[in-house]
Amino acid sequence: MRKGNVMTATQPAAAPGTEVAEQPGATPAPSAGRKPGGDARETLYFALRNPKVVIGSVVVLAFLLLGLLGPLFLRFAPMDYAGPPMAPPSADFPFGTTTFGQDVFAQFVAGLRSTFLVGLLGGGVAAVIGMTIGFVAGYRGGMIDELLNMLTNVVLVIPGFVVLIIINAYLGVRSVPMQALYIGVFSWPWVARAVRAQTLSLRSRDFIDLARLSGVGVGTILRREVAPNMYSYLFMTFVLLFGGSILTAASLDFIGLGPTNAMSLGLMMNQAVQWSALHLGLWWWFIPPGLGITLIVGSLYIMNVGLDEVFNPKLREM
Amino acid sequence: MRGYLARKTAIYGLTFVVAVTLNWLIPRLMPGDPVQRMVARAAVQHPETIAAMTAYYERTFGLDLPLWQQYLNYWAALFRGDLGTSVWLFPAPVSQVVLDAVPYTLGIMIPAILLSFVIGNSVGAMAARSRWLDNVALPVGYLITAMPYMWLAILLAWGLGVALGWFPVAGGYDFGMVPQWSWAFAGDLLQHWVLPFLSLFLVSLGGWAIGMRNLIIYELESDYANYLSALGAPKRLVRQYAFRNAMLPQITGLALQLGTILGGALVTEIVFAYPGLGKLVLSAIQNQDFFLLQGTLLFVVIGVLLANFVIDIVYVLVDPRTRTGLTGATA
Repeated sequence: MRKGNVMTATQPAAAPGTEVAEQPGATPAPSAGRKPGGDARETLYFALRNPKVVIGSVVVLAFLLLGLLGPLFLRFAPMDYAGPPMAPPSADFPFGTTTFGQDVFAQFVAGLRSTFLVGLLGGGVAAVIGMTIGFVAGYRGGMIDELLNMLTNVVLVIPGFVVLIIINAYLGVRSVPMQALYIGVFSWPWVARAVRAQTLSLRSRDFIDLARLSGVGVGTILRREVAPNMYSYLFMTFVLLFGGSILTAASLDFIGLGPTNAMSLGLMMNQAVQWSALHLGLWWWFIPPGLGITLIVGSLYIMNVGLDEVFNPKLREM
Repeated sequence: MRGYLARKTAIYGLTFVVAVTLNWLIPRLMPGDPVQRMVARAAVQHPETIAAMTAYYERTFGLDLPLWQQYLNYWAALFRGDLGTSVWLFPAPVSQVVLDAVPYTLGIMIPAILLSFVIGNSVGAMAARSRWLDNVALPVGYLITAMPYMWLAILLAWGLGVALGWFPVAGGYDFGMVPQWSWAFAGDLLQHWVLPFLSLFLVSLGGWAIGMRNLIIYELESDYANYLSALGAPKRLVRQYAFRNAMLPQITGLALQLGTILGGALVTEIVFAYPGLGKLVLSAIQNQDFFLLQGTLLFVVIGVLLANFVIDIVYVLVDPRTRTGLTGATA
């Protein structure tokens, strides 16, 4: 849920969402005027030559592969009492074992899976809600815009994390997909604001008028004419939501409101603290999960900066 | 300016109503019947006894009333400051338990937020357009921002607390001490305060630095900055103007970040067993004390709304456009 500040140079739209609304001209609509989709090869060309994009995506993909393929090579399940308790990292147990002799590496690999699942689902839900509301509010205007704007502002001010605590505590959210769903439902408002501002500035362009004259429906116009002009921006928004969901889920898991039927990186930290790994000096138990999250989310952010440079030729260091 | 503040107040009022309603509604969506569960706990078999107990509990908690009346009663109790009775710390009223914990949370949050905001923004402003600093500050900033709050707290507790033994790692004050107005106690309090504060401060720092850096670069490309440079104004002056303009979105950003920082404060407190709201939330969850949980969280929501309002007033002071009724900031 940490957002806004990590947006990049040409798009201060996320953190200072309010500013953009007043000065639609100040923020150039992303890749406006370019033929959508036609420059995919050019984008790829610059993406592969941008060290930030390359390093960021390599780190994220490496963790993803470890999460997907890792379980095939493991000899123990995450909760199995596999070996001697409190063993430091060794050839048998690359990340050591817990106080109960569980394999930390097995837990880490299983936790990576939940982490990516939460990011994908939570980020996806938030992106769909935020973009839909943003597009409709920005394009339709009038009363609908007022209402949606009100809704956005209310959800924006409610501390989402607090509501998530209540929901998880009462409704007993005990599976990773459900947790992700709820996280998504409370993290869309800044997306809606930013997308609305961008849509407002696109609405009065000639090609939109033309589409309207030809009689196609609102949904089609949004999908075929408005959205393609901000694909790059929407993709970067999704990357931020992905990272934000991971961090929120880790906090919830750490409080003990995480999934009970799955392992997660936040839950690992919860158990490490609960069974006083700090005082026993079992650093191999609590360093990997946090480091994993930091590297995944940090790489996503850095990748986003690189992507910004790819999509905005002005920013490239030439 | 009046329109601006009125609009803001309307939104906060609406948000408050929504938050209270959610707080009232979610427990009623809970699967299972809490009264049944309490009766079951008494382990009686006699059907008449069960019926009598069910009726008694329903009357006590006001569950036999129609839903709309339960809802109104909830509001009435709220305005009397009655948040119920804690089950965990029976018979302490929830509002008292929460009020006792609030100073600890505010004590780490306010300094952490203000200091990280000031220092982060200064570092970010310096890093913008200075290649060497930028290359160091940017990746470090992104990694710090990506750190889960509790992980940095765990690292600090382990490194500076357990391994080096510089600071205590648990509690708000030494277990052997009684809270009192004395220098010894104040010193002890301060020692326990350092690590939770530091943890929260460090995680917030990166985001502000990055945001400021990006905004300054953006401002330096704008027309007024180019015009000033063309007039021959010294670089320092141009950057100063850029900084002042970049400050506005950062203040808005601060309002948006409050909820997140608060969540961070809650988990940080849990790591350090710091006796603030975070620890209350944890104890409430572990002891199934739902009155305490709801009371604490409602308090948090009110706090966030008030803080948002304060930031809005600051915004009016900082941005003259909101005062003159020009299009400075919408809601």
